[in-house]
Amino acid sequence: MSEPSARVLLIGYGNPGRGDDGLGPALAEAMEKLGLAGVTVDSNYQLVVEDAEAVAHYPVVVFADADAGGPEPFSFRTIKPQAGLGFTSHHLDPRTVLAMAQELFGAEPEGYLLGIRGYQFDPLQESLSPGARSNLEGAVNFFQTWWRQRSCLTSAGGSEFAARSGKEET
Amino acid sequence: MIERTLGIPSDEKETKVASQNPLKRIALEPVTRIEGHAKVTLLVDDEGHVRQARMHVVEFRGFERFVQGRPYWEMPVLVQRLCGICPVSHHLAAAKAVDRIVGGENLSSTAEKMRRLMHYGQTFQSHALHFFHLVSPDLLFGFDADPAIRNVIGVAKKYPDLAVQGVMMRKYGQEIIKATAGKKIHGTGAIPGGINKNLSIEERDVFLRDIDQMLDWAQSALKIAKDYTTEHLKQLASFGSFPSNHLSLVRKDGALDLYHGNLCAVDAEGNKIFDQVDYSSYLDYFAEEVRPWSYMKFPFIKSLGPEKGWYRVGPLARLNTCKFIDTPIAEKERKEFMKLGKGKPVNVTMAYHWARMVELVHAAEKIKELLHDPDLQGENLVVKGKRRSEGIGLVEAPRGTLFHHYRVNDDDQVVMANLIVSTTHNNEPMNRAVQKVAEEYLDGKEITEGLLNHLEVAIRAYDPCLSCATHALGQMPLLVELYDLEGNLLDRKARGE
Repeated sequence: MSEPSARVLLIGYGNPGRGDDGLGPALAEAMEKLGLAGVTVDSNYQLVVEDAEAVAHYPVVVFADADAGGPEPFSFRTIKPQAGLGFTSHHLDPRTVLAMAQELFGAEPEGYLLGIRGYQFDPLQESLSPGARSNLEGAVNFFQTWWRQRSCLTSAGGSEFAARSGKEET
Repeated sequence: MIERTLGIPSDEKETKVASQNPLKRIALEPVTRIEGHAKVTLLVDDEGHVRQARMHVVEFRGFERFVQGRPYWEMPVLVQRLCGICPVSHHLAAAKAVDRIVGGENLSSTAEKMRRLMHYGQTFQSHALHFFHLVSPDLLFGFDADPAIRNVIGVAKKYPDLAVQGVMMRKYGQEIIKATAGKKIHGTGAIPGGINKNLSIEERDVFLRDIDQMLDWAQSALKIAKDYTTEHLKQLASFGSFPSNHLSLVRKDGALDLYHGNLCAVDAEGNKIFDQVDYSSYLDYFAEEVRPWSYMKFPFIKSLGPEKGWYRVGPLARLNTCKFIDTPIAEKERKEFMKLGKGKPVNVTMAYHWARMVELVHAAEKIKELLHDPDLQGENLVVKGKRRSEGIGLVEAPRGTLFHHYRVNDDDQVVMANLIVSTTHNNEPMNRAVQKVAEEYLDGKEITEGLLNHLEVAIRAYDPCLSCATHALGQMPLLVELYDLEGNLLDRKARGE
């Protein structure tokens, strides 16, 4: 089977052992099950430096994370590469991952951040809150629609699909 | 102050004791705690002198109760929830504890070497990540450099080869974890009494192909840390530094051993506090102090008491406690490192980075040594013996000594768990480092960029583990707050806001 012309890497990250912090991995799991053409799914507790090497292989990357205070049910916005100074090795900003991909591997994938609103970030809570679960469902549906439209446009050589509700970060 | 005996899970109410401190208390009720952050609070008097500095790190509280009632064999997988950066440490510490419960602590050589390969792979990737991502910007650009430049992208622009090496070293270590633990996160390789797979010849050959390159790169990173420390020793000698005790596991012959050994502690002069202590008796040697302002406890060596018994763990402590390193390049480097202490332990906080890089080289050497060992292709993977109702497992995690202790009932359910993580051991030292830096760099009653930078640099030396906390969008990893003696907030800054 030939490789789809449109490809995206979806990285869902967060700690599933901290309640709604697991929204990112939950989205990744849902998309993995759906098996959309052209979608490669990865999941981790947090972003790490080698993600820069991974994203460098894709024209488009979507970072999915829980959002503790953002709009409901989710937000979706473009993000640009940006340097950041880490405080610990346990936290890496998605914009820094893009900047590293650019600087280290000469890659400039389009970057998007899907922030799914969560409400309960309790330790040792392995399940999502009802509100987060509902928001996750909306995010899953949105991602499918977005990607299908996006990949159709890409295949047809169309213009870029506008990001929903997203204001572009600078 | 409440002192409690280790091994008895604390009641959260214990932390709500009245403060004995005569100074105005800083507001830190549970509701004000910020998940996902380290928080530094500084208390200044009218003259702008620091009267109190405290660092608060969120701990994965409640885990010890969470695992109660779960079957013991789940522990090596379940505890990996604790940290996404070093899950292998928890995986192996729990596995070692569970080994004792199934009477399988005398592992087959294949099982032990597979676990060691997993552990050194983890140490390699963790140390490389810490150095490249966090430390190299400080060392290459200086503490006072503009944060807009002093970051991992700044390194990538100015030192692209080094930056790529950092990423590839991290990746190499992660691939070793995947090959030994089954996957990069939530691995299942270590099981009660052994391991569930060996290393195939094909897997081995993939790693052998690149190991010499990894060793070369590790030595380059070590050189950066060493050169920086020696060239800036005058500045670094006092930066966030203080005399302290040091604790780690050491092998029976005194060698550095990150996977297994006995406990050794030395004081600031190098005198042995204890040596070759079987870690199964750790309850006889350690206690914890609970302070009203922090959920994170303060462990100390019982015989010295809480005032004098606190200690450091991690790379600096390990080089101070071991007699030698059993790999040639790292041993040569250790000897050079120890000259810093002029015959005594090295107490320079910033020397953590140099020590960490000596261990990076050691990890690469050990990986190479193990890859050439045919025992990794052995078939004897699991041993069992007489069942016990209790198990204690320790490893030297990248950030320091990690304790796991479980008791189980006849139905194989965990009835007691006690975990002491590296960041908890380093709680008092991190607080002391913050106090020293604040005293030196606080100017007036506002938090300057300079103060923030230097606080970050001092804390980074220990690389406290925050992975137990959440990382949701909108949460900043470091907050610094400044209060007057009346408890009024004077200034507040967050890195990344």
